[in-house]
Amino acid sequence: MFFWIVQRDLLLAMRRRSDVLTTLFFFVIVVSLFPLSVGPEMNMLRMMAPGVVWVAALLASMLSLGRLFSNDYLDGTLEQMLLSSQSLSILVLGKALAHWLVTGVPLVLMAPVLGIQYDLPVDALFVLTTSLLLGTPVLSLIGAIGAALTLGLRGGGVLVSLLVLPLYIPVLIFGAGSVEADMAGLDYDAHLSLLGAFLLVSIVFAPWAAASSLRVSME
Amino acid sequence: MLQGSDLACVRGDRNLFKAVNFILKDGGLMQVNGPNGSGKTSLLRILCGLSAPAAGKITWNGKSVRTLGEAYYSELVYIGHLSGTKDDLTALENLRISSAFSGENISEHQAVEALVDMGLGGREHLPAKVLSQGQRRRVALARLLVSKAKLWILDEPLAALDVSAIQLVKNLLERHLKENGMIVMTTHQDIDMTAASIVQLQLT
Repeated sequence: MFFWIVQRDLLLAMRRRSDVLTTLFFFVIVVSLFPLSVGPEMNMLRMMAPGVVWVAALLASMLSLGRLFSNDYLDGTLEQMLLSSQSLSILVLGKALAHWLVTGVPLVLMAPVLGIQYDLPVDALFVLTTSLLLGTPVLSLIGAIGAALTLGLRGGGVLVSLLVLPLYIPVLIFGAGSVEADMAGLDYDAHLSLLGAFLLVSIVFAPWAAASSLRVSME
Repeated sequence: MLQGSDLACVRGDRNLFKAVNFILKDGGLMQVNGPNGSGKTSLLRILCGLSAPAAGKITWNGKSVRTLGEAYYSELVYIGHLSGTKDDLTALENLRISSAFSGENISEHQAVEALVDMGLGGREHLPAKVLSQGQRRRVALARLLVSKAKLWILDEPLAALDVSAIQLVKNLLERHLKENGMIVMTTHQDIDMTAASIVQLQLT
């Protein structure tokens, strides 16, 4: 079942590539515009790089949240998922994984390339990529709760942002913090450990919370 | 056995129906009748456990469906107004995935066979968005052919179907009833079905 849902969502994403590319383009454009507008001052660029990349990743992830459940809701597939003989939490976990593979992984892969524009040293690029690798799945999982709660509401997009942003902020702080710590010559392990802890907690709790929210939204 | 006792449904500040009682036994058919807006779809959604009734309860073999959860869903197929077919997937993928949701992994061969039986031979690999409304309905109904579920809850299964498809579906439903299955359905069409027991539920 888990396998089916991941496969299905990836297949749908393949058939609708524009949706995937929108998120990636948004990320690339936002991150690339900063060095152009701020000017070629290396120190300043290096200092702002972690924050800019992380904020862009966060907004890009949020941009695609609306589509997480709404398409399935509109064509009746979501009703079928709710009536599945398998646990709905597993199903939500599968959807969140597919969402991350489609929107999160491309960002993680692009991050080192974009980091070069900010003159980041190699080890900082490595920490940036690792922090994104640990942090972006958390964004997808937490986002799933917000998307489930606002399902079928008018103006749901704004509401999703309000709901999930407070939960995104710790991820943002420790994600960007890890790269800053590395560049300041400090130990970044603690930041990454915390991101890993966020990931584990959200893998356990987010699918369950999102599944309950879906049942309420579909009443 | 599916039993509903004293069911009520409220939408906004309107009472759609109240004090609805029924008992559906093995091999039984329940037809839910009523004008538009009388709460037929709401009743079917309540029977599925998708929404909670304002009052009363539904039991499946003596246990409340709200507490049975997934154990109840595995014995149930629900085909609603929205047929649950994905525009970007082919008829074949749609059928296999929707069957997988209800816990039945069917092979590609079985799926093709079911689609051919539903009169969609040669169109298995077309994306659902190029199919007509009636053909999409056939894709959704093909699930019934491969399903092992005991209880079928069908909301207007005959909508958008042509005469030959209606006959096809009618035979399918009668076969299910003969094999001791149960069906709850709404329809605006007159069809004569033979079943061990037929319950007519009139909503006003």
